[in-house]
Amino acid sequence: MLDDFFTRAVIGGIGVALLAGPLGCFIVWRRLAYFGDTLSHSALLGVAIALLLELNITFTVFIISVGVAMLLLLLQRQARLSSDALLGLLAHATLAVGLVVLAFMTWVRVDLMGFLFGDILAINKADILTIWVGGLAVLIALAVIWKPLFAATVNYEIAVAEGLKPDRANFFFMVLMAAVIAISMKIVGVLLITALLIIPAATARRFSTTPEMMALVASIIGAASVWVGLEGSLQWDTPAGPSIVVAALLGFIISLLPIQWRLKRSSFTRANGGL
Amino acid sequence: MSEKRAALVSLNNAGVCVSGKWLVRGVSLDVSRGEIVTLIGPNGSGKSTTAKMALGVVNPSEGSAQCRRDIRVSYVPQKLAVDWTMPLTVKRFMALSHTANEKEVQRALSSTGTEHLKNAQVRNLSGGEFQRVLLARAVVNTPELLVLDEPVQGVDFNGEIALYRLIEEIRTELNCGIILISHDLHVVMSSTNQVICLNGHVCCSGSPEAVASAPEFRTLFGDRAANELAFYKHNHDHEHLPDRTIQELNNVSPASPHNLGDDASKNEELKRHA
Repeated sequence: MLDDFFTRAVIGGIGVALLAGPLGCFIVWRRLAYFGDTLSHSALLGVAIALLLELNITFTVFIISVGVAMLLLLLQRQARLSSDALLGLLAHATLAVGLVVLAFMTWVRVDLMGFLFGDILAINKADILTIWVGGLAVLIALAVIWKPLFAATVNYEIAVAEGLKPDRANFFFMVLMAAVIAISMKIVGVLLITALLIIPAATARRFSTTPEMMALVASIIGAASVWVGLEGSLQWDTPAGPSIVVAALLGFIISLLPIQWRLKRSSFTRANGGL
Repeated sequence: MSEKRAALVSLNNAGVCVSGKWLVRGVSLDVSRGEIVTLIGPNGSGKSTTAKMALGVVNPSEGSAQCRRDIRVSYVPQKLAVDWTMPLTVKRFMALSHTANEKEVQRALSSTGTEHLKNAQVRNLSGGEFQRVLLARAVVNTPELLVLDEPVQGVDFNGEIALYRLIEEIRTELNCGIILISHDLHVVMSSTNQVICLNGHVCCSGSPEAVASAPEFRTLFGDRAANELAFYKHNHDHEHLPDRTIQELNNVSPASPHNLGDDASKNEELKRHA
């Protein structure tokens, strides 16, 4: 079954989508979209360093992303610049440094497009193993810190006052984010990771009444987007990574339509009832 | 449990300094089980900061803040905004930081009169409903220390009286220590054990006087309210100038028109009427 490249792509992509769902919810709730962007941009620096030192790419990207996240925390504490300025600075600085380092290595030919936009169709069995084993570990870790992390998302001070140690949860959340980016970079590429984190979560918001439900629905919608996107890319010969994001976007647009129609109708009935 | 009167939390000459500016300093207070300490003071006087020091959310820059580690603490913050992107029912909100079973949630909600909101989304609640739900969440784990930062904001007057009565009941039932921040400078809960008036430092502190003894207040608030509310008589020996400097009142000439001493004598008059 795993000998078919398309099946491998679907299985790997669905693994990443299931993983991105719950973490994406936190990105949306905490308004961290740009933070996810920064981490994924810094992934390119990780790739460059891995190639330079001949290290495992996934592992190096993970370490560099954690490093950038810690650097951000450190700079935020100094509070010389606003958070979004710091994020912009780090995002583009790490991206640029990564590209410059790559350019110096004339002896390696790098498929830059592959890293920027992902190469899901080139997934091998080892990648699938990394995605599913790593992904499972990330999800278990997230389940462990879920309560303090969610409480700190609603209100940091309540979480501190009521003894939930939110700083520890926030730190582990950063590490998990870095792990997700390292794991999913090969699938959707550094530029589209944030999209896969945010769009399914945003779509899930409309169908959920509790945070846990939103996390689950986001995973399912993400997995569906991967499948639809890959089928579409096969059908119309479009690039696989962007096709998945487009499929997710279509899901989001569709989710907007019936809800608005229902709202209009119910307010209409209420107006009628008032007469 | 042997030392029943041991303080749950105690601040000793504590102060917080942020980028060279003192938010509050020189605060000392103790809260024991079954005791209500009310903090009052104008905006920006350091009430919330003092509460946060007691909770360990903010570390004091000077002095010390000691809170017993082995107790259950609940906190109702002054501001809590639930993002519209976050689906959160009242029921789920109850279990934010504690594990509460169905029965406990039901009890906490019904004690604040919000059981009908159990499945409502938190961000759709009105201001008054939200304050009740916040209070319900805070008592769901039967806290030993309860810190309430302006718990009656946005609640209408009758609701305010009812909430004060509820806080009193919670104190009696759970025998917990309560730090209550009030937005009113003069009228406080009658069951308060100690009132601390802050304005960057402790201006004065003491116990409140029953409203019931002052007929003016009885006319103003009605008989029912008079049992729940009390009047706090300020006794300042200094004055705060607009540039945040402090002037000792002893040095002020007696002709000074807006002297707090005048207020004090007015209070004396009020008492004589009673």
